[in-house]
Amino acid sequence: MKIPVICKEREILVVFKEVLIENLEKKANLIRRYIIEMISNAEGGHIGGALSIADIMAVLYFHTLKIDPKNPEWEDRDRLVLSKGHASAAWYAALAERGYFPKEELLTFDHINSRLQGHPDMKRTPGVDMSSGSLGQGISAALGMALAARYLKKTYRTFVILGDGETQEGQVWEAAMTAAHYELDNLIVILDYNKLQLFGQTNTIMNIEPVIEKWQVFGWNTIEINGHRINEIVQALENAVKFEGKPTIVVAHTVKGKGVSFMENKVEWHSLPPTKEQVEKALKELEYF
Amino acid sequence: MRRKTTKELEEISKKIRCGILETMEIGKKSHLGGSMSSADLVTALYFYKMKHNSKNPDDPDRDRFIFSKGHSVLAQYAALAECGYFPKPILKTTKTLGSVLQGHPETRTPGIEANTGSLGQGLSIGLGMAIGAKLDHRDYKVYVILGDGELAEGQIWEAATTASFYKLDNLIAIVDYNKLQAVGSIKKRYDLGDIRGKFAIFGWKTFEINGHDMKEILQALDSVDEIKGAPSVVIAHTIKGKGVSFAANNPAFHNAPLTKEQIERAKADICNS
Amino acid sequence: MKNNVIATRTAFGEALVEIAKERKDIVVLDTDVATSTKTSIFREAFPERFFEMGIAEQNMMGVAAGMASTQKIVPFAVTFAVFATKRVCDQVSISIAYPKLNVKIVGSYGGIPTGKAGATHQAFEDIAIMRAIPNMTVIVPADAEEMKQAVKACVKYDGPVYLRCIRCDTPVVFDENYNFEWNKGVTLREGKDITIVSTGMMTPEALIATNILVDKGLDVRLIHLHTIKPIDKDILLKASIETGHIVTVENHGIIGGLGGAVAEILSESEPALIKRIGIEDTFGESGSLKDLFFKYGLTSENIVKEVKNLIEKKRRKYSC
Repeated sequence: MKIPVICKEREILVVFKEVLIENLEKKANLIRRYIIEMISNAEGGHIGGALSIADIMAVLYFHTLKIDPKNPEWEDRDRLVLSKGHASAAWYAALAERGYFPKEELLTFDHINSRLQGHPDMKRTPGVDMSSGSLGQGISAALGMALAARYLKKTYRTFVILGDGETQEGQVWEAAMTAAHYELDNLIVILDYNKLQLFGQTNTIMNIEPVIEKWQVFGWNTIEINGHRINEIVQALENAVKFEGKPTIVVAHTVKGKGVSFMENKVEWHSLPPTKEQVEKALKELEYF
Repeated sequence: MRRKTTKELEEISKKIRCGILETMEIGKKSHLGGSMSSADLVTALYFYKMKHNSKNPDDPDRDRFIFSKGHSVLAQYAALAECGYFPKPILKTTKTLGSVLQGHPETRTPGIEANTGSLGQGLSIGLGMAIGAKLDHRDYKVYVILGDGELAEGQIWEAATTASFYKLDNLIAIVDYNKLQAVGSIKKRYDLGDIRGKFAIFGWKTFEINGHDMKEILQALDSVDEIKGAPSVVIAHTIKGKGVSFAANNPAFHNAPLTKEQIERAKADICNS
Repeated sequence: MKNNVIATRTAFGEALVEIAKERKDIVVLDTDVATSTKTSIFREAFPERFFEMGIAEQNMMGVAAGMASTQKIVPFAVTFAVFATKRVCDQVSISIAYPKLNVKIVGSYGGIPTGKAGATHQAFEDIAIMRAIPNMTVIVPADAEEMKQAVKACVKYDGPVYLRCIRCDTPVVFDENYNFEWNKGVTLREGKDITIVSTGMMTPEALIATNILVDKGLDVRLIHLHTIKPIDKDILLKASIETGHIVTVENHGIIGGLGGAVAEILSESEPALIKRIGIEDTFGESGSLKDLFFKYGLTSENIVKEVKNLIEKKRRKYSC
């Protein structure tokens, strides 16, 4: 994948960027494989919404976030809140691959006494900064972390992954208004805009459009991208962290179930346990390099 | 029946303001500011726009009115008394034990449609009534007065999304935009930004007026009738405590006790305006 | 009993400023009701540590959780008791209590006194709701002195706390020699005929009732519980064994609050006949304080009446 060259001296940078993108694509692919394995082993889980954020997770954990897996409590670390907590499988996959806990532990997902609960539990899982699962709440907690950073004069950034259906929750707009009022430019929201929710398409259940314009009117800086193009995610997050004076939302157009052809864009794959054959087929499609 | 003129309605709004003062017990706290800022809007609704009849408060075809910013209910009590929903002397019993006039709206009061007071809830209730009208094939309208500070409540935006989704053109919200809340200036304490733009982007038809200019109020309420396929919001710029010289635009009178002298002065201000 | 009267919400506001002078990690969040909850005092003293959250209580609870997660900030999330509990039940449970974050939730305007605002602002279920949430400590101070000490104790404790304040002036019954003990009930008078268990602003009333009854020859034990959760089981069990019957009194509903908690504990090991005095499964209303307290039986006269009734019941039960 080539990035346009600006000048001769930049050629090296271009090559490095190519390598970066390729690496991140590999990581995203691995995350997808782990998601399939975890959820099939647990005999169920929110598979569609986990697959749709795999690329975003890869970029966050292998490029953007300033973190230290050996020191999950490091007080200057960047924070991530998975406000759409049901996509926890994607988060655990990224955390495991990044080294927060052994990959083998992924198979304990959703099992009794596991450190990997069905929805994120900050008291159990290393690397999870906030418990979530009840939609609409994570963004408020993230806003609290961002406010705290400013108050404590720290430079860490706080990232939130928000579901699109989740923005039907009024609390999200309370948080949006508050973040804008406080001009929290250290808060970055990534919207997993996959246009599906549990019972159907978002615009038939409770239309949330026009998404970009809404966040703009509520005082946010907005960036719109294809949520499966690694280079776009990288660029968007780089721009977001530099933006001053307003919080930023990166509206990432995604596909629920992305990466597995028979799951893509299908409402029923919100949380269906895949059969043995389906798992095999999925893993075959996800064979990469 | 002949519709009232602007001049007549302005005279009635003075009576409404005096009625608000009737509900206030000397020396006891009352939500004077927000009641006064809504007084002209309430007058226009009860004496010009809404289809209603005090002799038939349960008429299924009546227009509904919900005071979502329930602490300003004193204005509604004054209007209901003036319309004959209950005898005027009852105003003096407001907030006393067993009174039919509680501190915040309650359906025990003739003419009151919903229990409000916990901010952010009235618009949802109104939208439910509007859906009810559609299901029942009735053409009554539902009017909801919201506070500006109240727009910080997330539930308002849940209702805004839903009303737009269900194309509820029989739902009309009116924002009493007096730019003050309990702790002071909204812009300073908790900036709500572009209110009109917010409603517009949530799919509402928007109107913006001077909330104390009766002509503008009536024009807006009439214009709303032409809107099809979407709910409407009238952003009414108002002055908290309007009509009372010492209370106008004064955050101290969000919820304050008045002395006997202050009540007399307020009455004089209103009658001489 | 002392003669001075101070509202516990004011005592809270002042105590917060005092402790914030030493504890620089304390911040305060409020939802446009600072002048009512008295966090305005804190805002005046430490404006950079005060965060206005607007009329958005659910968001406030989440923000408090996020701040507490840094482990460098101890947020007080303050609003009216009805909104600090009913409106935000899920947010408090999931964002704060479930991860055991160090957030102090303060509900002002507990129970009847709300300046005639009426049902929407009277919290009769707040103690019941918070008691049912795991990891939550629930404290209901009797007076300004106890409130002062409770605020300090809350800050020392690492975990979620619900602290209840009252709007109206109430008598001060404890002096500076009083020592607030974490999670421990207070025996204000020993006795063997019957026990009154009270909490919050009803303790001063219970004291008056006790004096009246003692004058009439009844040996009343009076226990004050400032902490409803975790409740002091030992003091209750002992009272049940030694006096037989209990009258509970609270400025709250009789379902799930102090009365409910006492009944739960005793019914499992030392059953006693219990009379719960409080709001009886109804919404509130506007009215003067005097009228409302009288109507809902929250007076020393009614406590005396109910104690006598229970004594009579006990006598009838055990007579031949």
